[in-house]
Amino acid sequence: MPDAIAPHVDFQYSDVRHQADTAIAGMWLFLATEMLFFGGLILAWLFCRHWQQAGFDAGSRETLIAFGTINLVVLLTASLTFAAGLAWIRLGRTRRLVQCCWLTAALGMLFLMLKSIEWYTDIAGRLFPAGAFKLTGAEADGARLFWSFYFVSTGLHAAHMIAGVGLLCWLALRARQGSFSAQWHTPVEVVGLYWSFVDVVWIMLYPLIYLIGRGA
Amino acid sequence: MSDHAQTAADDLTLAQPSYLEDGVTLRSWLLSTDHKRIAILYMVSITVFFFLGGAAAALIRYNLIIPQGALASAELYNRLFSMHGVLMVWFFLVPAVPVTIGNFILPLMLGARDLAFPRLNLLSWYLFVAAGIAVVAALFAGGIDTGWTFYEPLSSDYAQGHVVLAVTGVFIAGFSSIATGLNFIVTIHRLRAPGLTWYRLPIFVWSLYSTSVIMVLATPVLAITLVLLAFETIFHVGVFDPRLGGDPLLFQHMFWFYSHPAVYIMILPGLGVVSEIIPVFARKTLFGYKFVAWASVAIAVIGFFVWGHHMFVSGQSAYASVLFSMLSFLVAVPSAIKVFNWLGTLHKGHIRFDAPMLYALGFIGLFTMGGLTGLFLAALAADIQLHDTYFVIAHFHYIMVGGMVSAYFGALHYWWPKISGRMYPEMIARAAALLMFVGFNLTFFPQFLLGYLGMPRRYHSYPPEFQLLNVLSSAGASILAVAYLMPLAYLTWSLLRGSRAPANPWHALGLEWQTPSPPAACNFVVTPVVTGPPYAYPTSEARPFDA
Repeated sequence: MPDAIAPHVDFQYSDVRHQADTAIAGMWLFLATEMLFFGGLILAWLFCRHWQQAGFDAGSRETLIAFGTINLVVLLTASLTFAAGLAWIRLGRTRRLVQCCWLTAALGMLFLMLKSIEWYTDIAGRLFPAGAFKLTGAEADGARLFWSFYFVSTGLHAAHMIAGVGLLCWLALRARQGSFSAQWHTPVEVVGLYWSFVDVVWIMLYPLIYLIGRGA
Repeated sequence: MSDHAQTAADDLTLAQPSYLEDGVTLRSWLLSTDHKRIAILYMVSITVFFFLGGAAAALIRYNLIIPQGALASAELYNRLFSMHGVLMVWFFLVPAVPVTIGNFILPLMLGARDLAFPRLNLLSWYLFVAAGIAVVAALFAGGIDTGWTFYEPLSSDYAQGHVVLAVTGVFIAGFSSIATGLNFIVTIHRLRAPGLTWYRLPIFVWSLYSTSVIMVLATPVLAITLVLLAFETIFHVGVFDPRLGGDPLLFQHMFWFYSHPAVYIMILPGLGVVSEIIPVFARKTLFGYKFVAWASVAIAVIGFFVWGHHMFVSGQSAYASVLFSMLSFLVAVPSAIKVFNWLGTLHKGHIRFDAPMLYALGFIGLFTMGGLTGLFLAALAADIQLHDTYFVIAHFHYIMVGGMVSAYFGALHYWWPKISGRMYPEMIARAAALLMFVGFNLTFFPQFLLGYLGMPRRYHSYPPEFQLLNVLSSAGASILAVAYLMPLAYLTWSLLRGSRAPANPWHALGLEWQTPSPPAACNFVVTPVVTGPPYAYPTSEARPFDA
């Protein structure tokens, strides 16, 4: 058995388990940095909203909640399909993993497509905070600030999605070559952590963007 | 390990090519994932940035020789101190010890063959270089006049330079530092040699660990702040700009949430270096090991909660200021623990004054002075008088330059035989160390007086009564410049002509000294087994030099 798995071990590790655990620990730590990255953004967002709540809520009511909600469902489903892929490869079912990766990547693309249409509609509706703006009056400043946060946060989230879809395609190709087995599939687990994190970010952003303002 | 097994392992190790001989092409350097080679790449890069930032400092001091300013315009002066700050903070002080000495020594200290993620390590260097190119391009294309702090709305609405490009550079440099920190933390957790428990780790490892925690957790907040700043500047929407409905204090809070802990990113590795050097050259075990180790962690943790002391006069709530003031006093406690423990280590030691030790001793004095003047600034009432004066400049230069740069040079000399396989010329190195100490004090001590007398920072000109102290400071700066150029010259010379270094020239304990100088590409052919604490001096192999 050690001979069969040896090719996956870099020379600084004692065995394949050692390497796998280390890679997973590294990804968790990376996600901690990501949490502080998005956490800083969300903190600034809530801070600004606290001072200009009326403007933020007026801005929030202009958002397209249907797009946001469908995207939430799409992303949650994408996490499900990827988790299924991980479960399959643990059983050694490579072909199923490949299918799950492609399906997840397709759902990710669907998310990005819907997001693009949403952005296009927003901008066409003069909701981009720079230049001529749809809202006027006392709430305009706060609403502009809301839309600044909207574009920064969804833009950063989309950038993470694009990276994630790229990783999924890479996984699918590697899986098709038979790189992963029931014994060794660390990249699948590592990418899975990342993909779930991107999902969690959207779960945080969704109420911030679409719900809080409407509820107030 | 028995003697016989040790000899066999030594033979195996000696048969390996050293990391310097393992490929001579440019490609074998630029695409190397060997932590030792990447450390050298970093060393070359930060040396370039150090001298660029130093040149800006020289021009600043030149300008301040005469009261009306020797340089043509105040704009140029603003751009010079901004360039000095940006380069020195993000491209020298933050990376200096971790990415060079840390990168090289950490795996050796752990008995590991490399960092946990060697390709990530190489990527971090490329990010660093890309960041450096962006910033240097911004600076030479006309520069920025915001200072290194990029305060809003000066940096967005009133910016007169290439702020977005410079900020992009700093943003990328941040990811380089996150990559390094992440790599170090995972390595320290996962790649320790058998028997190397946490309390057997050298203090340098503890301090790199603490530094890495700050890098990993604080830098992302700077990154998002800079994203918002760039968004605001490009699209003229107000996140921070009060005219557009934003809040400039929010920027200061977010900026200092990173930048105050970043001060500890800059100093903690220096504290680690000094804790390594002193036991070796005093031939004594480190006094109070556990306290020194946990003091690093305490500094890192408390350091996250003191950022508001940069904002005492910003109009933030007085209650917040009181709280931040108390927490700032608190951070002095672990710092003082370290200083007292070093003194305890020196007490009745067999002290030898080699160049690394001179730097370490200089560090203790200058760090103490910088730390004590920090207490003045942490006091609310005193800070209102001293805020934004040269007193602040003197205070943080005592920590950053007197402390950290001394520690960097100390580390460079201490590990130079291991890194290069050559000895540096000892007498001239001692002379440079002393000159650096003298030049430093002459440069920055007058600035305490200037600040106390009320000279504000970041001004191109000043009232004539401040001239004497300014001339003294500039004279000191010229001595300091010579002292910095000396190691550049003789260390380069030693690469070609220095005598071959033995494996363990200082008779030090520690796994890095068990490898040949320079180490083999794979570090350890046989993974070492650790059976004791790190500073068990004096021992039969490591007895007092003069005994």
